[in-house]
Amino acid sequence: MGIGLALVWAVVTVTFVLLHLAPGDPARLWVSPGAGADELDAARRALGLDRPLLIQYVGWIADFARGDWGTSLAQNRPVTRVLLDALPHTLLLSAASLMLTYVGGIIVGLIQAVKHRSRIDTAITTVSLVAYGMPAFWLALILVLVFTYTAARNGWPQWLQFPAMGVAGLNADFLSPWQRLVDRLRHLVLPLTTLSLIGAAGTARYVRGALLDVRSLDYVRTARAKGLTPVAVELRHVLRNGLLPVVTLLGLALPALFSGTVFVEVIFAWPGIGREMVGAVGARDYPVVMASTAVFASLVVLGNLLADLLYTAVDPRLRRPAT
Amino acid sequence: MTFIRALLADRRSATGLGLVTLVAALALLAPWIAPADPLLQTDVLRTRFLAPFTSGPDGMMRWLGTDQLGRDILSRLLYGARISLAIGVLSALFAVAVGMAVGAGAAVFGKRTERVLMALTDAALALPRLVLLLALVALFEPSLWLVVGVLGLTGWMPIARLVRAEVKGLLARPFVDAAVVAGANRWLLLRRHLLPNALTPVLVAAALSVGNAIALEAGLAFLGLGIPAPAPSWGNMIASGRDALVHAPWIATVPGLALVVAIVAFNLIGDGARDALDPSVATRGRVPSAHRAEGGKARDERVR
Repeated sequence: MGIGLALVWAVVTVTFVLLHLAPGDPARLWVSPGAGADELDAARRALGLDRPLLIQYVGWIADFARGDWGTSLAQNRPVTRVLLDALPHTLLLSAASLMLTYVGGIIVGLIQAVKHRSRIDTAITTVSLVAYGMPAFWLALILVLVFTYTAARNGWPQWLQFPAMGVAGLNADFLSPWQRLVDRLRHLVLPLTTLSLIGAAGTARYVRGALLDVRSLDYVRTARAKGLTPVAVELRHVLRNGLLPVVTLLGLALPALFSGTVFVEVIFAWPGIGREMVGAVGARDYPVVMASTAVFASLVVLGNLLADLLYTAVDPRLRRPAT
Repeated sequence: MTFIRALLADRRSATGLGLVTLVAALALLAPWIAPADPLLQTDVLRTRFLAPFTSGPDGMMRWLGTDQLGRDILSRLLYGARISLAIGVLSALFAVAVGMAVGAGAAVFGKRTERVLMALTDAALALPRLVLLLALVALFEPSLWLVVGVLGLTGWMPIARLVRAEVKGLLARPFVDAAVVAGANRWLLLRRHLLPNALTPVLVAAALSVGNAIALEAGLAFLGLGIPAPAPSWGNMIASGRDALVHAPWIATVPGLALVVAIVAFNLIGDGARDALDPSVATRGRVPSAHRAEGGKARDERVR
């Protein structure tokens, strides 16, 4: 926990330093283009930019710790408001994709390990290699091309057509609760597929290797020799042990997941934090850039903490003996 | 040489090497084989949105079509390969240099240095790379060198971990003791004995990180934060094809396919090389190897 907080603090501090090293005067963004020197000075005083850097830093970090994250320069509303509005969308997308990634990746990897060196194994290996090599933003465009444009143009059945923009249809307010849920889910399909397909391909590659390593160990042979059914051997002896390294992978997969989420949010106009951040970068909206960096860093730290807890849950050797 | 031979003996890395060689050759020869200037716009209204395998009013065959400004996509693709490969290789070199310095430093300079450097590495590893990239790119004007620098500065961590593990393993070997007895100091030891012997697994990780860097560069370009616009980077091409996706899907599809080929090629090299170098694979499962675990981490650190 302490390490996690230190990490978030380090990220925020580095961002602060970079912000002040960067060329360009934030005060200039604040005043109108034709403003004179005295107006610029006034703006600098108002923004506290005339104070020594250390004082600025201490004041800023104190505000930041208290939850006062400043005002968005581009949207002119509190940064906390901006990010709180966006956070649920990002969490929904990444949590759902994380689940699909792991469930799909583990099932596919297990099939490959059991059918090792068969034609199915080779085929899946090739497919997952290519899927894993696809940039998320490009796969997203191809999915839109197929399941939105081509599907609509060729009159594919309704269940094969998916919307490519936003979290809900324009008519969402006029739908019954049931229809609204369906509408929401249909909007989720393409962004989720993009993230999960690539993620599951990577996970399957890893799971296959991990399971193959375990399957040739002596105790597995013992389990087979004492007459356990193949299913029991695979599930209880191979999978249980083979998945241990995969749990560690979770902590490392989170940063990659959030990076992917940024692209997917931009392409599908998904109003999450990634999209806010890209918009803020374009608009030089520094408070939002800083705050969203901090939020992503905290999410990763939280995820790592979760992965550690999960690891102790699945590996009995790490459990403390009952006292 | 034995390393190259081992790579060629594995079908995956041989395929990967072949593909990379092909892409590199096309990139190098771009000025001679490209049918047109990648930036050339003539009569925009009559030459834009030409479909692949058609010829425009000037009678010139457009093998891969033209984009919304009438620029020849095949030519842009060939010149784009130069940018993508250059960025991938340069930033991987940068990452390898930083990673080797940090990793070797952690392994050689005592417990306290090691703890500090590895804490730094783990912290950097825990950050979403794209978020860091965005924050950095936001602060400075985009250019080729900024992209290379930023990709290198956010990509050295897996290599540092790898080098540290490798060098610590080597430190326990008798030939290192022999070198110390013969009077080698720390620098000589690092330069002559430790780093050269740790180089092969680093090359594997470097191959994977070239693929990552190419994907990330394209991603940045796609968000409009990469190399500024008229330059024919593959990411720029995909970005410009996004608006014409409905009636000219080839503009975004073609450079994307090139991107997938390049990334898969580097991943193939990494996969094959990891197994070729890992003695535990021949007798699968007997020794859980440090390489495999680290390689897996290096691989899964990439952006999605």
